[in-house]
Amino acid sequence: MDIISLTLTELREALRRGETTSVAATQAMLDRIVALDNSLLSYLTITEEMALEQATAADQRRAAGEDTPLLGVPIALKDIICLSGAPTTAGSKILEGFNPPYNAFVVDRLLEAGAVILGKTNTDEFAMGSSTENSAYVTTRNPWDIERVPGGSSGGSAAAVAAGLAYGALGTDTGGSVRQPASFCGVVGIRPTYGRVSRWGVVAFASSLDQVGSFGRTAADVAAQLSVIAGHDPRDSTSLNIPVPDYEAALTGDIRGLRIGVPREYFVEGIEPDVEAAVRVAIDDLAALGAEIVEISLPHTQYGLPVYYLIASAEASANLARYDGTRFGPRAKGADMIDTVRQTRALFGPEVKRRIMLGAYALSAGYYDEYYGRALKVRTLIKEDFRRVFESVDVIAAPTSPATAFRVGERIDDPLNMYLADIFTLPLNLSASCGLSVPCGLDRQGLPIGLQLIGDTLQEARILNVAHTYEQARPRDRRLPAVPAGATG
Amino acid sequence: MSLSRDEVLKIAGLARLALSEEEVARFSDQLSAVLDYVARLDELDLRGIEPSVHAVARTNVMRDDVVMPSLSPTDALFNAAATSENQFLIQSILEE
Repeated sequence: MDIISLTLTELREALRRGETTSVAATQAMLDRIVALDNSLLSYLTITEEMALEQATAADQRRAAGEDTPLLGVPIALKDIICLSGAPTTAGSKILEGFNPPYNAFVVDRLLEAGAVILGKTNTDEFAMGSSTENSAYVTTRNPWDIERVPGGSSGGSAAAVAAGLAYGALGTDTGGSVRQPASFCGVVGIRPTYGRVSRWGVVAFASSLDQVGSFGRTAADVAAQLSVIAGHDPRDSTSLNIPVPDYEAALTGDIRGLRIGVPREYFVEGIEPDVEAAVRVAIDDLAALGAEIVEISLPHTQYGLPVYYLIASAEASANLARYDGTRFGPRAKGADMIDTVRQTRALFGPEVKRRIMLGAYALSAGYYDEYYGRALKVRTLIKEDFRRVFESVDVIAAPTSPATAFRVGERIDDPLNMYLADIFTLPLNLSASCGLSVPCGLDRQGLPIGLQLIGDTLQEARILNVAHTYEQARPRDRRLPAVPAGATG
Repeated sequence: MSLSRDEVLKIAGLARLALSEEEVARFSDQLSAVLDYVARLDELDLRGIEPSVHAVARTNVMRDDVVMPSLSPTDALFNAAATSENQFLIQSILEE
């Protein structure tokens, strides 16, 4: 048995049958990280000692007859999710050396389920970006072509799962930061409904949009992790107190009679021809599996990007006010308190500064109604688009991103062009919907393309089943992308 | 819409950000481009539309006023640049 090639759910079965151990699986991952992560740069911190202790404990629990949903399964965490006993940087120099004294809610859930934590993965600074190029530490490379970006902001988690450096991973999705890198790296990634997963212990970017999601090689792998991290947490006042379904049990492989809407606004000028062709073929496949395909309209789609950037930046400018060098992070030495705060905050990278500036401007006296107030009203129209469409369809199918992975450095100096990578993912974050990306082929350069499936509020089980049914009908090549060993400059 | 150097400096002041001269020039151009882009929201007639501050409608969530487990002073102060007598230490704000 090649332990590296197993999916998360296959590893879990192998562990249950006693065919392998958690220590063996964990050591295989750690060895592969040492061999390949000099090329990929997907991890910022490797928690080797902690992982092997957790793996040993998991094997002992199993030997004693215990079984829990992720017992002994090695998983990675985006470095914006607090894990006690390791640094959390959020990809920023302003959190360099920060060691959270507590676990995020989702980390406690993973540990209770028996998961092994391999380490913390790279992210754009404060999850602001679409490529990991805004990380203050490294730029993660795409396992399919290391000259290209993995997408972002959860690019480290997506690349690690795609390259077989973790069986699963958690990320966060504020405007597409799970789905877009999943699409670029050829893995499955879900962004649950706002409130489905607690944000407690996750570094805040834009609080009305942030949500934790999971990555896996298959829909079943994503479902197994989501079943563990979803649920009510009284410490997050936006956490929904609604029972969590068994997402794996929902994977029936039957989508006959399901109504799937295809929004015409997601097939527009600027979409790469190979992306459009692959997504259309995937939609035909869903029809062949018994779904009914309906053309729909989400008329305010084109306003999603401006609304998102105003709202996310406004919320970020407020959330990031806490980084003043007082309670955590490095502190500069200024002439007085205000000067010290200003000099300390100079540690933010360019994209974070740009968004704080945009947000402060949009909220400032004289401009509030024109920018922030207007964006909140258009958000109502975008939410209404989704609400109206979900009266007549069960799921929406669309491209995840208009393009496949771009080259490192290609868009970094052009913020608006960078933002365009997210035009098909961010409208969902403004609404009460959920969404995922599932691989649907490669473009002519051999780069993965993602099919986005969007569900109505709390319909995660339904979109996971569509992805799972599609995977069963169109099995992917199981081989992992060939990542060259050796250092990346 | 073009942001002047003075406007960039004013926003940086509100945001408590020390910017280099090079950053002031670059942000002036880049933020102007972003503001031009978001101006497309002006096309919409928004009379009578209510603002949405959240994806899911929520009311205030209350809990019983009882002591819950929380960080010890040692843990709470562990990451601070400077502490004194179980408190965060900063430069004095009021003049003597």
